[in-house]
Amino acid sequence: MDALQLLVSGLANGCVYGLIAMGFVLIYKATEAVNFAQGDMMMLGAFVALGLTNEHYAHLPFVVAVPLTILIMAAVGYLMDAVLLRRTFGQSQIAVVILTIAIGFVFRFVAGVIWGHEPQSLESPLAGRDIRFGGVVLGLDEVFVIVVTIALTVGMYFFFARTKMGVAMQASSQNQMAAYYMGIPVKRVHSLVWALSGAVAAIAGILFASKGSIDPATGFLGIKAFAAAVIGGLGSLPGALLGGIIIGLVEPFSARYLGGDLARLMPYLILVLILVFRPHGILSQVQAKKV
Amino acid sequence: MRIIFKKSYDADIGLFKHGFHAFWYMLLLVIAIALPYLVGEFLLGEFTSMLIWAVAGMGLMLLVGHTGQASLGHAAFLAVGAYTNVLFMENWGLPFLLSMPLAGLCAAFAGMLIAIPTTKLHGIYLAIATMAIGILSESIIVILEPWTGGVSGIFAPDIELFGISFNRYANITGMYWLYLAITVLILIGYRNILRSPLGRSFAAVRDSEISAQAMGVNIARTRTLAFAISCGITGVAGAMMGHFSGVFNNETFNIVISITLLLMIVVGGIGFIQGAFMGAIVIVFLPQAISFVRDIINGMTGGSSMTIPGLESGVFGAILVAVILFEPNGLWGRWLKIRTYFELFPFYRRDMFRRQKSYLKTERMR
Repeated sequence: MDALQLLVSGLANGCVYGLIAMGFVLIYKATEAVNFAQGDMMMLGAFVALGLTNEHYAHLPFVVAVPLTILIMAAVGYLMDAVLLRRTFGQSQIAVVILTIAIGFVFRFVAGVIWGHEPQSLESPLAGRDIRFGGVVLGLDEVFVIVVTIALTVGMYFFFARTKMGVAMQASSQNQMAAYYMGIPVKRVHSLVWALSGAVAAIAGILFASKGSIDPATGFLGIKAFAAAVIGGLGSLPGALLGGIIIGLVEPFSARYLGGDLARLMPYLILVLILVFRPHGILSQVQAKKV
Repeated sequence: MRIIFKKSYDADIGLFKHGFHAFWYMLLLVIAIALPYLVGEFLLGEFTSMLIWAVAGMGLMLLVGHTGQASLGHAAFLAVGAYTNVLFMENWGLPFLLSMPLAGLCAAFAGMLIAIPTTKLHGIYLAIATMAIGILSESIIVILEPWTGGVSGIFAPDIELFGISFNRYANITGMYWLYLAITVLILIGYRNILRSPLGRSFAAVRDSEISAQAMGVNIARTRTLAFAISCGITGVAGAMMGHFSGVFNNETFNIVISITLLLMIVVGGIGFIQGAFMGAIVIVFLPQAISFVRDIINGMTGGSSMTIPGLESGVFGAILVAVILFEPNGLWGRWLKIRTYFELFPFYRRDMFRRQKSYLKTERMR
């Protein structure tokens, strides 16, 4: 029973990592840029939700605050691309990496100024309720996280595979020039992908904040989620979820059986091993590098 | 406008382009040596810190700016340098003059060990791998507690050299001169590497691995060497940092330091040695500049001394965003443009430094 609870809480954690990783993958899949600010976008989303819901701030009902947060973060994502990232069009990947890291610094600063640096928790209706299931007590928030994540992943998968917009996003990722000739507004598509990833970040943030407390440094979770994305394969949405779950499960179990110091090592050890032996992740689509 | 008349082939790879070039750098060196007589003790400490960051930045610049390999985990090699240096001094009683180069060698060896399995990785994947190593090293320091002191940290002894003791608080002037000497030595070494065949092969690997290979450059060997030299320089910077801060633990070398190092050389100007120094100046003196501005604002408004936590990193992030968007060559690149404008007046054209646009292509094949 103990192991089962560890399993569920690990899964729930893993799903949050997976959701942040999904934000990375969305952007990487469509624009081949890597957004190191994804963790900070998650943090910002959590704080926006907190600012809208909590009694101390705007005190809106949770059902109103959630869609509003998602909208705001989608707008933030769209503007990030339209105002900043678009100008680096054609620069090296590393320039984009550094730019997004810098944007993350700014987000952390903004969140710190508005909401302070003390840890706060979201007053969500999910927190603190349990589900009893055959002698096992599971937190409602944890179950909810898992369900939402699975639904979102399936939705995203079909979005990319079946809808016109999703295919356009894939096309503009694979060859910008060719996509442009086919009449795809590449720049707008890129911005929309950033908006989508902002919305995903907002959802991840809300889920994370309803599980525990957040502060501006929460954004560093993005590094772990990034490891998840790479373990799963940077170009694959199911891979992101898989990587997130692997990390989410490895952490509590290794903490239990190997001790805290080694447990902190494990995600990155797996990451390094994956990078050395299977550089493009578990579920990769890469066969060979084009010159 | 100056026309340089080259009379021998060696003029192409000379340390200085022309006499005035040499004169300005000598003047800078003289000012740097005379600095303790010009500024107070506090500022001298800041300049010493700037030298340490500059050396670490030079280490990273060799890798990122001149070989084109991104690293987001260089704090790990700072840590290797700092810890091995103190361990050599404490356990084996080695003098600083011996322990510091040895610490650099240890860091270089660590860098080589990292480079060999990661030679196949490119661009973003290499950045991720090095970042993972940076994070791993932080935990490894905690696990190796018997040697590293774990979370409680380790004390760096005073540097004893020719009967003089160097300590940040007792003898900052001596420490400044010592570090200046180390910095200048590394700088000269760096310049010499760049004009040697090895340095040329670094640049070749950076610009195009395929053409480099076609010209007979052994890519794996060159990249491994670049990692080794870069990590060695960074290790020396780590040893300097250890003595400067006196006490350090795993937190001193966390992932934020690695990221800051990379951001620092980007602000300074990727691909220029001077960029490492410009970046170090920004990193070290930004907090001073901010508190200076804050004092002025408080003086004007008559308000009390208000402080915003995290303002430094926020402003730094904003500066970085501006640099990437408007001046991808960093502060040094901007200075080069200004200088060229005046040198060529009135013939400067806007597109002189324009980079060729390249459309990114997918790495995926289906």
